[in-house]
Amino acid sequence: MQPTLAFVLLIVLWEASVRAYSIAEFLVPAPSAIFAATVAAGSNVTQHALATLFTIAAGFLASVAIGFPLAVAIASAPLLANALYPLLVLTQSIPKVALAPILVIAFGANEVPRIIVTFLVAFFPLVISIAAGLLATPTELVELGRSLKASWLQELFRIRLPSATTFIFSGVKMAITFSVIGAVVGEFVAADRGLGYVITSSMAFFRTPLAFGAMILLSIIGIVLFQIVVVVERVFFSWSISDNQGL
Amino acid sequence: MTDAAIRIDGVVHVYEAQDGSEVPALGNISFDIRDKEFVAIVGPSGCGKSTLLRIIAGLIHPTAGRVAIGGRTVGEPRSEVGIVFQAPTLLPWANVLNNVLFPFKLRRRLDDAVLRTAHELLDLTGLSGFERKMPRELSGGMQQRVAICRALVTNPSILLMDEPFGALDALTREEMGLELLRICGEQPKTIYFVTHSVTEAVLLADRVVVMTARPGRIADIVPIDLPRPRSFDLAATAEYHASAQRIRHHIFAHRARAEPAAV
Repeated sequence: MQPTLAFVLLIVLWEASVRAYSIAEFLVPAPSAIFAATVAAGSNVTQHALATLFTIAAGFLASVAIGFPLAVAIASAPLLANALYPLLVLTQSIPKVALAPILVIAFGANEVPRIIVTFLVAFFPLVISIAAGLLATPTELVELGRSLKASWLQELFRIRLPSATTFIFSGVKMAITFSVIGAVVGEFVAADRGLGYVITSSMAFFRTPLAFGAMILLSIIGIVLFQIVVVVERVFFSWSISDNQGL
Repeated sequence: MTDAAIRIDGVVHVYEAQDGSEVPALGNISFDIRDKEFVAIVGPSGCGKSTLLRIIAGLIHPTAGRVAIGGRTVGEPRSEVGIVFQAPTLLPWANVLNNVLFPFKLRRRLDDAVLRTAHELLDLTGLSGFERKMPRELSGGMQQRVAICRALVTNPSILLMDEPFGALDALTREEMGLELLRICGEQPKTIYFVTHSVTEAVLLADRVVVMTARPGRIADIVPIDLPRPRSFDLAATAEYHASAQRIRHHIFAHRARAEPAAV
């Protein structure tokens, strides 16, 4: 109740201030102007939102598909971990905004560079949390598996992976949030569609209300995707959520 | 000598510490455990009793010496051995029944007979009606009962127990010990039982192996001549006190030598 009230109050205050001080629309548009401009762009904005959603989904899925085996490799062989960690950290220290134009030259101005940027932003937290989770399996649980002659695959899928659930979900929550950021960064650099493109193109013509609208849509996408992960965890993995975490 | 279910022969185990130095955990341990015998291992922390359990289980290899089960040297975990750890070590994502059935789920050999055995064991341990509960919905004592069911469901001839009741409160602990004897009374097993509690050791075991620490060595092997079935009433007998006294003497005499300043 209180958050909703605070939110409504903030919107009202914003609207009132913009009107009271008659701030120019291209500087800070009023909430009503943002809403009007976004609705007016209607189906067009929907198309762009779907394009961004596609980039987010593709980048996120790529980060799961590549991040998971990478995490398993890191967790199962210390030698491999030593070899891979510096490379992983390197991919993280490269500024993605700087990398995107180079990728465009290599792959062309299409979907591929955007997906790669999204993947590069999202996969790191995923790999780190899955690997940490696999390694945090209680020793006795691993010994139980060994005493029952579990194979390597059984140990991975029936013992280590399930016991890493909490770690995995915190990684997925970060990855999905970062995917939204990655997709927009990709669209800023080279795109003819997507909400990131809507922001850059409308700002070029000082259509600030529409840029704000796209920005708000992006945060809504981020929140909804995050909440989907939260709901999946609650519904299917309720055992992993401790009782005193009822926030 | 053919009746030795487990033969521990000159077992030495040395750990490599983080700084590279070698820490002796077990120094030349030899004894036999007879078929269907209940042997309790008592000793201070660091005497290597849990290490020895893991060597018998085939989870780790001794630095020297060997352990043989049924005449065959242990090199890897065996299916005739069941283990109960100090923590219940249940799968938190599986319900009680699926935890008990886990050994068979791994071996992909789940049939009606196994299901019946599982239900019988849950019955025997007072857990019927809790089959669909998740581990975290159970008390510590109930969780450990589930772990015992899981160890027994494969009907192992040997049961290795690593301070199985150490994490339970004192009252539950005494109750669980006798309950274990009752459960195993139906299908007698060879039991290697690690404990910190002298009371528990004397009350449950046929023989008590007393160990001293750093490196772990056998100080004495005390036969317990109390009648079976065992009950709390036996704690009032002279035999009980004599055995408990003999065990405590070894443990504390050694401690007094090792830590003269300790009060």
